[in-house]
Amino acid sequence: MSTVELRNVSRWYGNVVAVNDITMTIGPGVTGLLGPNGAGKSTMLHMIAGFLAPSRGQLTVGGAPSWHNPGIYGTLGLVPERDSVHAFLTGAEFVTASARLHKLPDPGAAARRAIEIVEMTGAQDRKISTYSKGMRQRIRVAGSLVHDPEVLLLDEPFNGMDPRQRLHMMDLLHGLGEQGRTIVFSSHILEEVERLSGTIQVMVAGRLAASGDFRAIRRLMTSRPHVFLVRTSDDRALGATLIGRPAVTGVEVTGHGLSVRASDYGTFSREIAALTRDRGIRLRELLPEDESLESVFAYLIDADGPNAR
Amino acid sequence: MFGDQGRVIWSITMRATMGRKRALLFAIPPVILLLVTVLIKLAHPQDPSWPSQVLGIFGFTVVLPLTALIIGTSVLGAEVDEGSIVHLLATPVPRSVVIWSKYLVAVVLTAAFVAVPELLAGLIATGGATKLAVGLFAGALAGSVIYNAIFVMVSVLTTRAIAVGLAYVLIWEGLLTNFVSGAKLLSVGHYSLGVASAIAHDGNALNAGLNLGTSVVMGAIVTAIALVIAVRALASFSLKGDAV
Repeated sequence: MSTVELRNVSRWYGNVVAVNDITMTIGPGVTGLLGPNGAGKSTMLHMIAGFLAPSRGQLTVGGAPSWHNPGIYGTLGLVPERDSVHAFLTGAEFVTASARLHKLPDPGAAARRAIEIVEMTGAQDRKISTYSKGMRQRIRVAGSLVHDPEVLLLDEPFNGMDPRQRLHMMDLLHGLGEQGRTIVFSSHILEEVERLSGTIQVMVAGRLAASGDFRAIRRLMTSRPHVFLVRTSDDRALGATLIGRPAVTGVEVTGHGLSVRASDYGTFSREIAALTRDRGIRLRELLPEDESLESVFAYLIDADGPNAR
Repeated sequence: MFGDQGRVIWSITMRATMGRKRALLFAIPPVILLLVTVLIKLAHPQDPSWPSQVLGIFGFTVVLPLTALIIGTSVLGAEVDEGSIVHLLATPVPRSVVIWSKYLVAVVLTAAFVAVPELLAGLIATGGATKLAVGLFAGALAGSVIYNAIFVMVSVLTTRAIAVGLAYVLIWEGLLTNFVSGAKLLSVGHYSLGVASAIAHDGNALNAGLNLGTSVVMGAIVTAIALVIAVRALASFSLKGDAV
């Protein structure tokens, strides 16, 4: 009953396609939706959460459509990206209000339980305005958990969190996933999902680009072709050496250094230091020329291989 | 009529609306109204014609709609702007309960900030308990009920609720309905004056263009339509996705 199903789902705004023909089934456990900003992650989550109508395709949560169906919120919880709660409420008031809006038989007990899950019992009687970013995020999760939903959606839950808070949140999500719930969260930073044990779905430009566990995704990303700008004391000598390496597919001498095309980001970055040292060349500068996250992700959807400029 | 869900929304909305700095704005128009009343009363203690002019015309075409505008667009609109509305809408609460609860907060606050000051100003102006004061109170109450339904609706339909509401108040209520005689039939200001005038029994002093029956029936229809539209629009409330 806790399965999220998308069949050929698209969403466009005017003539801009935000989500392009996605078919996907998300079952119990933790699923990370990874992709650069503007890839369509929020659009996806909003559609699943019933806060946006798909332009085309079928989308169901536990077998029922979520758009125009407030009843769905009996089994679904959403933690939106915008960090906006009534700051004048205490944590306990906020979660209890949520429990009452859900018409739970014992709102107080449900609120206490949810606050315990996110480990906010100690701070529950303080106003939300006094909370740190991480605490606010946790109390919002508690508010969305209070009715014990089978599906929990979180939009960029790690945004602005420090590594410790991020770890805590990830543990929390894993705990919820192990209880058989379907947890879906979005993120635009690969490192944020490092500790995720579940599946990562990579979205780029509105499409599903790749899926797998963290290690598989990272392998895809670090073994991608890449262009580096290298400046040394003897560019031509280094260029001659580099072209003999398997990880290098092209070298160009430019006015301001060597432009090196590597087929494997990881191997090249490990080799370059040793190569220059062995040949007595001084390495002055090593710049990845195309390091934007978008280009990293773009590679993943480019089935023909290198997409580096 | 008001279940536990409604009570939660009512109390949080009340705290949020009165807790914002904007709440200070609510008090400005009624304070001006009372000040003007006191000053004129001191200057012209015996002139019988000004109370209906100041409290009726100024009160009903300026103070009432502007106060209702600020309150009616903030009970729901502020939460939409901030994004906290999502926490409320991601629950199975019927959308009609959301609109109804927030609308009632707006009506009660507008009544407190306009109808009560109108009553007080009416008592000060006429120097005692009079039909005029009661009429002004009833008219302002009717205006609170109708105007807020419109402004709550506008705040669901557009993110520029204040601008749209202000244009409506100034252009439609302030200008057109006073110059185009048929437009009176679709003027909340004239419904309010119609109610006030019928209770005050003071002939044409309030310059009412509509009688009591028309005012009440038309006001009820406008209120009902606005609230139904608001509920339907809220049911289709959409979050913007990624910045595109």
